[in-house]
Amino acid sequence: MKSNNLETIYVMWLREMKRFLRAKSRIIGTLLLPFFFLLAVGSGFNSGFSLPGAPPGVNYLNFLVPGILGMTMLFSSMSTGISVLWDKEFGFLKEIMVAPVKRFAIVLGRIAGGVTTALIQGILILILSLFLGFKMVNLPSFILALLFMFLIGIGFIGFGVAIASKMEDTQGFSLIMQFVVFPIFLFSGAFFPVINFPGWLRPIAYLDPLTYGVDGLRSSLIGFSQFPLFLDLIILLIFGSLMVILGSWLFSKTEI
Amino acid sequence: MQIFDEYDIMKTLFMIRVENLTKKFNGFTAVDNISFFVNKGEIFGFLGPNGAGKTTTIKMLATLLKPTKGEAKICGFDVLKEKENVRKSIGIVFQEPALDNRLTGFENLDFHARLYGLDKETRKKRIEEVLNLVELQDKAKILVINYSGGMQRRLEIARGLMHYPKVLFLDEPTLGLDPQTRHRIWDYILQLNQKEKITIILTTHYMEEADYLCQRVGIIDFGKIVALDTPQNLKNILGGDVISIEVFPPERAFEIFKTFSWVKKINRCNSIINLNVEQGEKKIPLLMKIDQKEAGFEIKSVNLRKPTLEDVFLYFTGKTIRDGEASQEEKNKMTMRGRFRR
Repeated sequence: MKSNNLETIYVMWLREMKRFLRAKSRIIGTLLLPFFFLLAVGSGFNSGFSLPGAPPGVNYLNFLVPGILGMTMLFSSMSTGISVLWDKEFGFLKEIMVAPVKRFAIVLGRIAGGVTTALIQGILILILSLFLGFKMVNLPSFILALLFMFLIGIGFIGFGVAIASKMEDTQGFSLIMQFVVFPIFLFSGAFFPVINFPGWLRPIAYLDPLTYGVDGLRSSLIGFSQFPLFLDLIILLIFGSLMVILGSWLFSKTEI
Repeated sequence: MQIFDEYDIMKTLFMIRVENLTKKFNGFTAVDNISFFVNKGEIFGFLGPNGAGKTTTIKMLATLLKPTKGEAKICGFDVLKEKENVRKSIGIVFQEPALDNRLTGFENLDFHARLYGLDKETRKKRIEEVLNLVELQDKAKILVINYSGGMQRRLEIARGLMHYPKVLFLDEPTLGLDPQTRHRIWDYILQLNQKEKITIILTTHYMEEADYLCQRVGIIDFGKIVALDTPQNLKNILGGDVISIEVFPPERAFEIFKTFSWVKKINRCNSIINLNVEQGEKKIPLLMKIDQKEAGFEIKSVNLRKPTLEDVFLYFTGKTIRDGEASQEEKNKMTMRGRFRR
């Protein structure tokens, strides 16, 4: 039975990979937005603009790259999670639901596929940012950053699956993007340190799981952070596990 | 007592056994207390208009919907308690396409085979077999998005067969296909019933389809099975012949025809009145004897025929099958599909 679950995870992953590699326009599309952010915002603020709360001696582009990396992971992961809705819309979900496999294995497979594609996109953004002048502290920091990207990915794919399982059709899709995904991104401190928020807004930033993702990425990539590294790790681990459980649970209760 | 024991043994021999199955959605009863058996190796059909509860029944049998009440067993496995075993035993072709159209035909089959745990050897052999059966060998490497409607349906039938299911569900297998493709699909269905010795349960609202394919047909309307037998027996219930008379004004003629002692059953559908009679050829002269001027109606045409399933349906439900009457939900889905493309 265990091997059957692994096969299920593998085949869901394989499908995600094939679809991803075939959708060339999708890859380019998802890379363009973060790239423009880096190019326009990053280089625009870069010259001699000192950001309060930011570490001295770190230029703005270096400060921004981890934030944009977090954004890339967030957007890519949420769209993978929500893609359950598209499967519902195009009928393929029925094929998956009627198969003699465990539903949590299906969700895990989707997460495995989504994390892989999100990581590929994240790494591509990181490489692009090197060309724009981004400097990492060292190579091990890259490994640590990968771990954070991985955790952000798992958490938000689980979150996306949970939302999609509760939705009837794709009509609410843009609503979710505007009222859930963008606030998560904007309050995460991707552009500036969260302590720059006025006191009454700060709790929102602290409740935003991506805040700890961005902070962890910043800590590992440029050696600057607001929270201790282990706190970032623990919060992301808890968020990730909760979302995977919630997503699997809601998905397994879906009736079609 | 003896009889009862035998009856119990018999029940376990059936491929599908359904007792008092009911499904309610927010107070609306979609499937109303139905019971039936399907024999091993049989092609069994549900005939009924859209919204009669056919798809809901199939979904409950396929473990996709939880019944509100009642019991259903497939190959002896309970659809509520032994979901995984039920899922292993069945193949299903849904009414609406359920393919990943960004994958090729081959990849869709391979995905399915892996989900159902077939090993590498079996996968390779079986994919080739089912592709041959539906004659899609040379289209296997093409993305499904480029398939025609008929090709997609054939691929879905092939996929439903991949894991050697004991029972195959076909929900409106030829809906929306042109007559030529429809006949081809019918041939595949008959072929696989014979070659693969597979039990098939299908739903349809096409009379010819039920008549041509099914060994037994259950007529379903408003969630209830109103009649269940072989197509021939169903037609025999009506007995003899059907005389269809186009007449004006029909209301008046209806009242008069009703009084004739040789009319076994009468019903009206707009300006057509159908009479169920014995030896129809001898009854037409009787009709001609009526003084139409005096009676106050005019007969426009008379047609004598053997009863079809359409007549049987009319007999049991008092109406013709309402073709093309998609439920609001289905309509919404169709427009949604047109609007959003990824």
